Amino acid sequence: MITAEQKPIQEIIGYIAPYRRILLAGCNECVTVCAAGGRKEVGLLASALHLNHLKQGKNIDIREITLERQCDPEYVEELAPYIDGVDAVVSMACGCGVQSIAARYKKTPVFPAVNTRFMGASLSQGVWSERCKGCGDCVLGITGGICPVARCSKHLFNGPCGGTSNGQCEVSPDIDCAWRLIWERLKELGLESRYEELMEAKDWRPGGAGGPGTIIREDLA
Amino acid sequence: MKTDSRLEKVLATGELAVTSECGPPRGCRPEKVKEKAALLKDHVDGVNVTDNQTAMVRMSSVTAGILIKQMGLDPIIQMVSRDRNRLAMQSEILGAYSFGIDTMLCLSGDHAKFGDHPMAQGVFDIDSIQMVKMVRQMRDDGLFQGGAKIDGPPKMFIGAAANPFADPFELRVMRLAKKVKAGVDFIQTQCIFNLDKFEEWMKGVVDRGLDEQVHILAGITPMKSVGMARYMKNKVPGMDIPDAVIKRLEGVPKEQQPEEGIKMAVEAIERLKQVKGVHGFHIMAIEWEEKVPQIVEQAGLYPRPKV
Repeated sequence: MITAEQKPIQEIIGYIAPYRRILLAGCNECVTVCAAGGRKEVGLLASALHLNHLKQGKNIDIREITLERQCDPEYVEELAPYIDGVDAVVSMACGCGVQSIAARYKKTPVFPAVNTRFMGASLSQGVWSERCKGCGDCVLGITGGICPVARCSKHLFNGPCGGTSNGQCEVSPDIDCAWRLIWERLKELGLESRYEELMEAKDWRPGGAGGPGTIIREDLA
Repeated sequence: MKTDSRLEKVLATGELAVTSECGPPRGCRPEKVKEKAALLKDHVDGVNVTDNQTAMVRMSSVTAGILIKQMGLDPIIQMVSRDRNRLAMQSEILGAYSFGIDTMLCLSGDHAKFGDHPMAQGVFDIDSIQMVKMVRQMRDDGLFQGGAKIDGPPKMFIGAAANPFADPFELRVMRLAKKVKAGVDFIQTQCIFNLDKFEEWMKGVVDRGLDEQVHILAGITPMKSVGMARYMKNKVPGMDIPDAVIKRLEGVPKEQQPEEGIKMAVEAIERLKQVKGVHGFHIMAIEWEEKVPQIVEQAGLYPRPKV
């Protein structure tokens, strides 16, 4: 899923300072799962903003709404009945959601309340870790199910580099060396010999180097 | 001969080769490059010119290499995949070779985290092994990485690094084998302080016959002080400093530690000369280039062969 973290409250307050009527929009998908921008976080942020404005002696009107998916026009449409009655939208969805709102409602400013971080997996309660860079040409089938693009700090295809220390990445002892993990996994699978196959220079086009990506499924479109 | 590289010629004679290094300055002071390189003259077969080492901005390795070439020395330009994509690398290589630079070292590079621009985006378009393959293709096939023909291909003698001390140890010979497969001509190793472990690695290298396919130059760094030894042990990634090294330096008064460090470096060279597959030494005297001639002479590696 896409992970996100709420922005510092002062940054959000700064964005909405010129406006009085705010539509605060959460999303029921990824940001709900990673507890950054679901219904619960919408309520908490609304309370925090109310409190701040009370302290400042200012008046603010916040309408809370949480859409099923902010990255889907069908659900973004649900904001239409409210949009003319607000001065600005604050979106708690990932960057895809914010842009979907901006594309649909051209006259109303929209501000992000979260920083979109990465595509990751949950490791345990409250812990998420990056697992995919969306490179568009998945190599997990030859790297034992561990991604060198997302998990090696230098995204080396023929690692490990010389900086591995006690099995950890040179960037931080908290980061596992992806190539140590790949090697251990290949050994477990009895595929050690695969390590010595040279991985060729990557074509980065499918992952973004070729310009912003678009998928068109003729059978669905 | 694949190239006109002096290092290649020396290695072909079967004599032990000697290289050293010169870190370019953090500013526009060409005289600093020349001063450092002049200290090494006649005592080495090649001078590595580091490429934004430890991710700190410095004069570019190719530019400093040109200054060194113009002094009549033989630069070995280092190139890290951290700072350039494949287009920039290849154009730099064309430029370097146009100035007569014929030897280079392909590296991944320290992560930007270690330097003074930790906020920078690392490039890592290709890795060091893919870089070796690219430079070999430019030389042997006269083709750019993208497949187009080069009008006047660069003939580089191609080096890479090996760190026998990084984990997992059991992978380190296999990783060398990968570099050999990619077409590397010579290897300069990480600084060797744990000689036993290095010899164990070399045994693995020889057992696979890799020493017949690549020239290995053993990395030697003289310790200036016990403080430096402790710093390298604790702070430098992938470094293996046995406690015995620290104890030995602790055992002599501070003012005698530099001399002891040099003695240890010379002893290491003498021992490693006996190791099958070691074809030379890469002496990295960090900000201590003036001591390189003394080490080379005391280790019996002077004069250098005329080729």
